[in-house]
Amino acid sequence: MIYFDNSATTKPYKEVLDSFITVSSKFFGNPSSLHSFGGQAEKLLTQAREQTAKLLGVKMSEIYFTSGGTESNNLAIKGAALRNRNKGKHLITSSIEHPSVAKAMEQLEQEGFEITYISVDDTGRVSVDEIERAIRKDTILISIMHVNNEIGTIQPIEEIGQLLIAYPDILFHVDAVQGIGKVPLSFKNNRIDLCSISSHKFHGLKGTGALYIREGVKIDPLFSGGNQERTLRSGTENVAGAVAMAKALRLTMENGKEGIEQLRKIQTLLRDGLNKIEGLKIHTPIQYSAPHILNFSLKGIKSEVFIHALEQEDIFVSTTSACSSKKKSPSKTLLALGVAEELAESAIRISLSFENTEEEARTVIQVIEKTVNQLGKVMKR
Amino acid sequence: MNYDRILIRYGEISLKGRNRNKFIDKLRKNVRLALSSFPNIKIEASRDRMYVLLNGENGLEIIEKLKHIFGIQSFSPAIKVERELEEIKNASLELVRSLFKQGKTFKVTAKRSDKTFELNTDELNHAIGGHLLKNIAGLRVDVKNPDINLQVEVRKEAVYLSCEIIPGAGGLPLGTSGKAMLMLSGGIDSPVAGYLAMRRGLEIEAVHFFSPPFTSERAKEKVIDLSKKLAEISGCVIKLHIVPFTDVQQAIREQVPENYSMTSTRRMMLRITDEIRKKQDGLAIVTGESLGQVASQTLESMYAINEVTNTPILRPLISMDKTDIIKIADKINTLDISNRPYEDCCTIFVPSSPKTKPRRDKVNQFESYFDFEPLIQEAVQEVETLTIRPDRDIRQEINDLF
Repeated sequence: MIYFDNSATTKPYKEVLDSFITVSSKFFGNPSSLHSFGGQAEKLLTQAREQTAKLLGVKMSEIYFTSGGTESNNLAIKGAALRNRNKGKHLITSSIEHPSVAKAMEQLEQEGFEITYISVDDTGRVSVDEIERAIRKDTILISIMHVNNEIGTIQPIEEIGQLLIAYPDILFHVDAVQGIGKVPLSFKNNRIDLCSISSHKFHGLKGTGALYIREGVKIDPLFSGGNQERTLRSGTENVAGAVAMAKALRLTMENGKEGIEQLRKIQTLLRDGLNKIEGLKIHTPIQYSAPHILNFSLKGIKSEVFIHALEQEDIFVSTTSACSSKKKSPSKTLLALGVAEELAESAIRISLSFENTEEEARTVIQVIEKTVNQLGKVMKR
Repeated sequence: MNYDRILIRYGEISLKGRNRNKFIDKLRKNVRLALSSFPNIKIEASRDRMYVLLNGENGLEIIEKLKHIFGIQSFSPAIKVERELEEIKNASLELVRSLFKQGKTFKVTAKRSDKTFELNTDELNHAIGGHLLKNIAGLRVDVKNPDINLQVEVRKEAVYLSCEIIPGAGGLPLGTSGKAMLMLSGGIDSPVAGYLAMRRGLEIEAVHFFSPPFTSERAKEKVIDLSKKLAEISGCVIKLHIVPFTDVQQAIREQVPENYSMTSTRRMMLRITDEIRKKQDGLAIVTGESLGQVASQTLESMYAINEVTNTPILRPLISMDKTDIIKIADKINTLDISNRPYEDCCTIFVPSSPKTKPRRDKVNQFESYFDFEPLIQEAVQEVETLTIRPDRDIRQEINDLF
């Protein structure tokens, strides 16, 4: 099996699963319980928080555990909007955000907030100038993703952070779910106030994630309850999940530079190989793109058909993003880039992890070539 | 550009006379210990400078560690070059180029501790500055407020280039001032007092009073974590003495009127701490008291409590406001731990209205009806001593989970 759908989810590392099982079976206490068994669980949670913070270069008190990227994004955006609605009701985001950002924004729009959507160029990048022009007196939050989940474009987070130094009242949220471990990003140096991560994108488990909230930034909680996570995220803590995430993050970060270089090598190999195929268009830009995502269209072949064709060869890729691929409509992101609807309907996303090899890439290129030849004959009639 | 060494400037050590070498030696040992996870480094110490040669080790991580070592005034990542003008120029160019971004300004600050060098400081500044301007387009000079301040230090053996002065922790090398016992409650103040004491070169052993079941296992964990932080800051092992205090505390409750129980409790704690101090060959006791902060820290209280010993009691926080103490606690990362909401030895059995002006004669009278000495001796006997290492020594099983 060749698994090339790592932006949908990654395979949990074995060590990560082991930790999860051990904590779940041996230290199952509730961290809020007063007895020492609860204390042990609390200690594990604290250590998980400490390790996560350290690896991300932030303070322990700035890490809040959540159930994943979607919750982190919702908490950051709605929590910030609710908290600051008396200061202003204007929010800025891009037109190619993940649905957990885009839909949260839509919901806020219905509640009387105003949203400005920043367009992207044909490589998927937002323009910092356009953001600056969109800023108003009543702007309270700007939310821009770090790495686009469908085409892998890296947004100019550093430049936006620089720009926002002059606007200390505007909160800056970054959805870093796709970039963690693969595209380095300093939370501290880029004036980021809120940042979302999700464990299962870096070989942790589903249902765990974190939100970084810079010290001093205040947002409202979305859940009412037992006031866990310093009142911001009620609900009994998922200690085993948090420990597993801390471990997954460590193992991922340890891959570091070499891992990223390896990803880039495989990506380049794929790009060169696929470019030779007639009628195949690569959407992922060469500059400002993550090393693990490659998105392309095969003219005249519907993505779904192509995916199932590859599946027969035990190769797993995605249409666009797993989160929106169940709908039949073409990718919003690709349309925002100016890709024609017909071409967008045949988009395929390959996404890599540190576990993939160049050998696998070569096989995939061969299989795609073969499949295109076979399908091409049928589809073109 | 890769720095190959870190240049360390001493703080007050340089004021020392004949025993200066002892201080430098101690500092060198402390640096060696704090950097023990970097096996390839080499440390060279001279009378007025110390150099950590990186030999390929991670400079950024080492800088983080150095920031916390007491006795260091400041330090700079540096490059060593031969005393050849061309070499100095080339290395300077490479260094500044690596830091340069469009629009940045610079200046050159040359210094000659060896005046035999062919160029004087002005000529050096001029030669190097000119070379940089010629070769980096867009670089501008700003002598008042430069973004990059290239420092060129000409010494007998070589020339050192650096662009950054990082402030150190200051103070005196740990262990050069002797040993004291720190009364560590778990609150915000006592770890800060310990930190400030260590900063003046004191070696610290912590004493904590544990009253199960009135105080929980977590209160103890908290103190262990605080000690660990202090150990991490100092880079040295810290001994933590945990005193079983339940019996003494109960005896006080039975023997002493409620409004004097707090005064008496503090007196017993001090007596026990003093006993431990004797055993451990310490010469002082450090507390986190700040004048007037709470009932036990009024001058009258201190006068009544202090009566039980003539060992010097050092109170580094005596004149500090709570807000300033909190700032330090935040800086040394003990605040979050101290804020954990568990009862400790100071918060249980708090009388509703403790005496703020207790009298010596009164407290002596109340204590005279009962012989506390056997209980005190028993508590000292049963002390549990933990050795807290700066590297987290949690059981391997737990560590494997991460």
